[in-house]
Amino acid sequence: MFVVMENILPVEKVAQAAQDELHGGAGAVVTFVGVVRDNSQGHRVRYLEYSAYAPMAESEMRKIGDEVKARWGFPCAMAHRVGKLEIGEASIVIAVASPHRKAAFEACHFAIDRVKETVPVWKKEVAQDGFWWVEDPTGQVQSTSESKP
Amino acid sequence: MTMQLTVLLFASLKDAAQASSVEVEVPDGATSEDLRRATGEQFPVLARYLAHVRVAVNQEYAVGAVVLNEGDEVALLPPVAGGC
Repeated sequence: MFVVMENILPVEKVAQAAQDELHGGAGAVVTFVGVVRDNSQGHRVRYLEYSAYAPMAESEMRKIGDEVKARWGFPCAMAHRVGKLEIGEASIVIAVASPHRKAAFEACHFAIDRVKETVPVWKKEVAQDGFWWVEDPTGQVQSTSESKP
Repeated sequence: MTMQLTVLLFASLKDAAQASSVEVEVPDGATSEDLRRATGEQFPVLARYLAHVRVAVNQEYAVGAVVLNEGDEVALLPPVAGGC
């Protein structure tokens, strides 16, 4: 399971998808859930908007799953949310299943780091004092509180 | 001869162009790097972003200068910020 979706992320389903691939051989499932924080670099965040190049994002997530499988030998599943996310909502779920916990923790850590490098998803932070795309190379802050979808 | 390619835009580039794609004309045999230059010439509003974007061709990151063909799905991807 490697999906981009607009709905609330089904955390347990993602974990189950990873576990199911081991057909009863899983002894550990490590699940990472990234959630929306209410502050960023001194700004009070109101909400976030994630957007994606969805088909490529799914294929890049699948490649990370392939890397996890090649390096650790265990399955991984991921779901990334797009659209408007409120404070506290989950933006990403990554689950890795393995017979023992150590490999699952390591692989899950690797997977979220890789997501941040390669998966074409972008985050707009909408704060009290403006909004901006995180990693925008121009560093542009738009000062109105309006946000175009 | 030239070809016209639909170039997909995301995030800051989409906002700057106020469009989710633009049509860019390039010579036959042009590469992904030629397309990067041509986009800046034909859409000056995007020029300041182009040194920082990665080009994707048919949903794969272009490594070096990839030769483009009519009908390719081309996208300009600003630095990613997914995950959390």
